[in-house]
Amino acid sequence: MKKIATALVAALTLSTLSTLDVMAQAAPAGPTSGVKTDKGDESKWLDANGDPTFKKYDDGSFDWYTFNGFRRYHAECHVCHGPEGNGSTYAPALTDSMKTMSYGDYMAVVASGREVDRPGGQKSVMPALGDNKNVMCYVDDIFVYLRARASGALAGGRPKREVQRSKESQDFETSCMGG
Amino acid sequence: MRKSALTGALLASVSLAVPAMANESVTKLTADPNQWAMQSGDYFNQRYSKLDQINKDNVKNLKVAWTFSTGVLRGHEGGPLVIGNIMYVHTPFPNIVFALDLDQEAKIIWKYEPKQDPSVIPVMCCDTVNRGLAYADGIIILNQADTNVVALDAKSGKELWKVTNGDPKKGETHTATTLIVKDKVLVGISGAEFGVRCHMTAYDLKSGKKVWRGYSMGPDSDILIDPDKTMNLGKPVGKDSSLKTWTGDQWKIGGGSTWGWYSYDSEANLFYYGTGNPSTWNPAQRAGPDGKQIDQKYSMTIFARNPDTGMTAWVYQMTPFDEWDYDGINEMILADIDVKGKKTPALVHFDRNGLGYTLNRKTGELLVAEKYDPVVNWTTGVDMDPKSPKYGRPAVVPAMSTFKEGKGQDVNAKGICPAALGTKDQQPASFSPRTGLFYVPTNHVCMDYEPFKVSYTAGQPYVGATLSMYPAPNSHGGMGNFIAWDAGTGKIVWSKPEPFSVWSGALATAGGVVFYGTLEGYFKAVDEKDGKELFKFKTPSGIIGNAMTYTHKGKQYIAVLSGVGGWAGIGLAAGLTNPNDGLGAVGGYAGLRNYTNLGGTLTVFSLP
Repeated sequence: MKKIATALVAALTLSTLSTLDVMAQAAPAGPTSGVKTDKGDESKWLDANGDPTFKKYDDGSFDWYTFNGFRRYHAECHVCHGPEGNGSTYAPALTDSMKTMSYGDYMAVVASGREVDRPGGQKSVMPALGDNKNVMCYVDDIFVYLRARASGALAGGRPKREVQRSKESQDFETSCMGG
Repeated sequence: MRKSALTGALLASVSLAVPAMANESVTKLTADPNQWAMQSGDYFNQRYSKLDQINKDNVKNLKVAWTFSTGVLRGHEGGPLVIGNIMYVHTPFPNIVFALDLDQEAKIIWKYEPKQDPSVIPVMCCDTVNRGLAYADGIIILNQADTNVVALDAKSGKELWKVTNGDPKKGETHTATTLIVKDKVLVGISGAEFGVRCHMTAYDLKSGKKVWRGYSMGPDSDILIDPDKTMNLGKPVGKDSSLKTWTGDQWKIGGGSTWGWYSYDSEANLFYYGTGNPSTWNPAQRAGPDGKQIDQKYSMTIFARNPDTGMTAWVYQMTPFDEWDYDGINEMILADIDVKGKKTPALVHFDRNGLGYTLNRKTGELLVAEKYDPVVNWTTGVDMDPKSPKYGRPAVVPAMSTFKEGKGQDVNAKGICPAALGTKDQQPASFSPRTGLFYVPTNHVCMDYEPFKVSYTAGQPYVGATLSMYPAPNSHGGMGNFIAWDAGTGKIVWSKPEPFSVWSGALATAGGVVFYGTLEGYFKAVDEKDGKELFKFKTPSGIIGNAMTYTHKGKQYIAVLSGVGGWAGIGLAAGLTNPNDGLGAVGGYAGLRNYTNLGGTLTVFSLP
């Protein structure tokens, strides 16, 4: 019962958001701010709207978060949304949806889930993942990974990564995952 | 308190002499090749038919006799049943059942559509498949996705009883068929990827009342183990044999799902099934208190249980401390065959881990364990020396370990064969008493496997690894083979390459023909002797259903469900490490979308 109610609220939120969404989607995917220190450590990269995004270096490698998003996506999301966000017979291709979906919409759908009616009386159900640490602790990582895929910056496969994982991301994982 | 009372009752009933008998109506029906009364054809899981009207000379003339659309788009596993003049067809979620009148050109006699909470859909990790109905004593048993087990009157479709076996909110779901032995319906459960402690449960066929439940792991009284009488490779298992092999309370979210095809030997009065992987896929988080490998019994185990009481007669764990998701759920096929020159009451099992096992089904003695795909590389083989302390254990190749002495977390282990979907997944093999060979649909896929830290929340995925899968390197480029296997010696007799994994159940017949389907949608007939292709027909969608046969008014028919999906269908997208591979290679599942599309259809063939 509780779950249905949450889903409903999410659906309502979404329908309001979707009009805003189109306007909010002008920001280019590439980062305008971010940190790469001399040691190769880094923190999250942000776009002009202040939303998380990927960083692709000149040598074709990616930042830690994009790389980690690849890993977490392929544990939590790919069984429905297909390898590399390509979609499957089960759920839509995120390489398409993420072209137009805002960070706010993404967060709402991931956290609260939603149901969509498909032709032939069939239902698609995105589960509410709000209490799943394996998703929510890495929700930005997965977002930037999918953003890199949707924008074409990451053609597919395992993102190449040259820089070391930052202490910041390690500390965050420890505190968020507990232990 | 409740548990110990239960165990006492069970032990008491063990000592009573129970007449060994399968369900009489099912035994009678399966002895008649004109009907197809069980998903696997018979209690031995042989998927063999004595019908021979369609034979290796005339099979090339097969034509479509009729078709039936299920109206459902998801992956269609399992197959129809035929009892008398009625065919029973099931669908994936929402699990519709149709009764078709074969006397009236498959007119629909009744249709049953359960109401299920759609929130069950996303907790079914690898598609909303259902592996079909079971029948006994005028009752059809439907095993719904949301874990409701429903008994329907076979004549009218009227609901007789309904019982709930689990809770989808915790990630518990049903995909398997059930096995009816005597007056019991044996029901397994899925959910190892959600940290469910899985089990096997018996319900009374007439009333739906729960009779017993045996867990895959935990205290002896939960598993239904007698420490002195339950055997493992010829020795009693001893007290707390499962609890000792887990760190702390991890067994409570231990996995070990039970969604395969069960078999039954009425002479031994034992039924057989396998258990799945331990949760999570990150072995580092399952290490022992000393940081080393620990067995996690009884995940990855062949169970032999008494169907009346649930008591475990014997167990054999194939992959202790799983590091690759090599679920042990695949079917156990029973056959009396020559093993190394000796007539043996055998149990033959093609495990996800790439080893074909032959055991003595009465005693659980291990007789053969050999690779049924030469590319299998995670092990050098199983220790077959009964005197060895490692007797029955596979030797792990260190480079293919994803645990790496506890240092495997965040390390990408590459080139492991087979991939997590196994050298064979659920697609059931068949045994022909004519040739003494097993006909096995297989995968020819390898993987990279990177485990990482994962946290448990009830009802949420509890995976903990990322995998890339690709066609076996340096081979024929395809992702599957259809093979003939000699289980007495552990050798491949012939192997027919397929561009995609063969995800369809095989059927061998007295006509000397073996049937199976492919992911592109071809329904094929091959020669039992050498695998030579004798017939193929492209059905409306990829085939992950199982071939079956029956007669109507004296004429033989062969039927199969098409409707791509399942794990392989989810890979309809891509899944290759190098994105360019997907474009040209025939091998990748990526190519599948160029061959077929969704949609459930039953296709029925006959000679003109």
